Amino acid sequence: MDSLLFIHNELFPELWKGWMVTLKLVALSIPFGLLTGILIAIGRVYGNRLISSLCRLYVIFFKGCPLLLLLFVIYFGLPSLGIAFSPFVASVLGFVLCNGAYTSEYIRGAIQSVKTGQMIAAQALGMTKWQAVFYIILPQAFRRALPGVGNEMIYLIKYSSLAYMLTCVELTGAGKIVAARSFRFMETFAVVGIIYLFMVSIATKILQWAEKKLSYPG
Amino acid sequence: MEGLSAVLESLPYILSGIPVTLGLVALSLALGFTLGVPMAVATVYGNRVMAKIIQVFVFVMRGLPNLVLLFLFYFGIFPLLGWNLSPFVIGVITLGLRSAAYQTEIFRGAILSLEEGQMLAALSVGMTKNQAIWNIILPQALRLALPGWSNEYPILLTDSSVTYAIGVAEILTRGSQMVTRTYQPMPIYLTCALIFILLNWGGMQIIQWGEKKAYIPGLGRKIETR
Amino acid sequence: MSTTPVLVVENIHKSFGKVEILKGASFAVNKGETKVIIGPSGAGKSTLLKCINQLVIPDRGRVFLNGEEVLHSHSQINRFRQKIGMVFQNFYLFDHITALENVEIALLKVKKMKRAEAREKALEELNRVGMGDKVHLYPAELSGGQAQRVSIARALAMDPEVILFDEPTSALDPELTGEVLEVMRDLAKEGMTMVVVTHEMGFASSVADEVLFMEEGRFLESGPPSQIFFHPREERTKKFLSRISELYGELNKNG
Repeated sequence: MDSLLFIHNELFPELWKGWMVTLKLVALSIPFGLLTGILIAIGRVYGNRLISSLCRLYVIFFKGCPLLLLLFVIYFGLPSLGIAFSPFVASVLGFVLCNGAYTSEYIRGAIQSVKTGQMIAAQALGMTKWQAVFYIILPQAFRRALPGVGNEMIYLIKYSSLAYMLTCVELTGAGKIVAARSFRFMETFAVVGIIYLFMVSIATKILQWAEKKLSYPG
Repeated sequence: MEGLSAVLESLPYILSGIPVTLGLVALSLALGFTLGVPMAVATVYGNRVMAKIIQVFVFVMRGLPNLVLLFLFYFGIFPLLGWNLSPFVIGVITLGLRSAAYQTEIFRGAILSLEEGQMLAALSVGMTKNQAIWNIILPQALRLALPGWSNEYPILLTDSSVTYAIGVAEILTRGSQMVTRTYQPMPIYLTCALIFILLNWGGMQIIQWGEKKAYIPGLGRKIETR
Repeated sequence: MSTTPVLVVENIHKSFGKVEILKGASFAVNKGETKVIIGPSGAGKSTLLKCINQLVIPDRGRVFLNGEEVLHSHSQINRFRQKIGMVFQNFYLFDHITALENVEIALLKVKKMKRAEAREKALEELNRVGMGDKVHLYPAELSGGQAQRVSIARALAMDPEVILFDEPTSALDPELTGEVLEVMRDLAKEGMTMVVVTHEMGFASSVADEVLFMEEGRFLESGPPSQIFFHPREERTKKFLSRISELYGELNKNG
């Protein structure tokens, strides 16, 4: 009873605010992460040698660098070069850069798995290379990449908790603050955990729905 | 110039975090493997209740952020149990249990991809189910799982830095300590990033070498009968 | 002198869900006999073989090996399975180990033989099926016929009382069936007790002591090959045989 009261009166109002921040973090990071991933993938497959190598370096760096470390570079490192962000913006930037690196790998693999015949057929119809890429190759590649890309988006929900380490009070941060104030770590993190599981489940359902919706014969 | 001298000053201290980071990774991988293999076997060959329990465990472990799990263990569960564990051990338990969940899925997929006849043939020569799992199913499934399993290394390597949050003295923690001392965040954090990238690359070389070692002609492909 | 049959199968029933596959199949095999079971696909032949060594547990009916009832209880069944060899349509060689190790592994793990002893025995059986020169190849490196011969050697190594063959040549190219049938023919000559499910009528007519025709989960008729093939009593047997001879060519080619 006491626990329930605590959860209802003290915990939930705080968590609610944090939860909204988490949703904002994720909602902003997903489209930009996806865009970055697509651009990097195109750069790697269709770019000239310089662009292709730069994109490759990008992937190596942002996949190899732990996300938390990347957030520190952005939030604590960049100000020394005169570029300062709020914790929220720095977090989104870190998520986008990291997510873009992982996403690009799935999209690149999918682009390369689309048969070369598709490109030739499109060009035979008089399309330019870039028209073929945007109208023929990418739509097919994107469908193929969807399961992997979707998983990265689900990871994003979980990894958004790292924003707390930049003092951005999202869901995990809100939980930590209430818990430290009330010394009720078990209840707090159990509730926080359930909220994450809820978000991940919903996202998984949406992803499955999208996969079914977008799948086409063959 | 100040950056360079800060890096040089910090480097020995940061580098001594490598064994800590690699220790976290290796022990978590090992814990995940030790739990993941039997859990995978149990989900395929065990009874329904057990399979269900493991399924829930996998769902929870995969669905929670590392940081939340870490806080739950560090501030919640272990203090409640009255266990006084070091941050390093709690880091290993957290990362290891999470990896166990992922490894369960990896090994389960590999076991399910084997043809049913492997088990039938093993039983037909008089092996018990356990003997068949041990001598026939697992040696094949573990090899088939290798590519997916190798992915756990870079994941754990980058995830291990989250233990910074409970003060494990790994690379990132040491880097941050040197940043507060030298006020040179950019060069020092980039140095840390470089160390992680090199560890990632080096580890993958070793894993690829191991994959070649474990190669068996035709394993995993259906035998051509025609 | 009364001899107990090596294998007695009594009134086996088996359903999968609502589909009744076996509806009371019975037969017996004496020592040194080769019984060939023929019949259309879906008749339950393969399920019947699997019921004998309890890879599929029958709903009803009993199996006796040398007069002793084969029970599927945990403690008992592995003892029986060692004495009942089985050769599968798709070989089911263990893909991660070589031909030699495939034959060895049950000797080591089940019979707990010493390594040298197991190796000697395995090589002996591989030579017996003409695979003595390919013992270090992996299953994927063998042709279908070679793989099937190794799987026969694997069964032989356990010194079984009887070997069950489940369409041993059905997964093979026509030009590879000969080598497998030859091995089986030799085994029959050496006095091995065998139950063979096959569509190879040539093999059946030249090797079988008795041919059993199975349809819809039970045996319709049985008798020596000459009777079943040339003077079948049942209309359905005739029909089946004429369909088979269209597919596999006329009999008496002694294939």
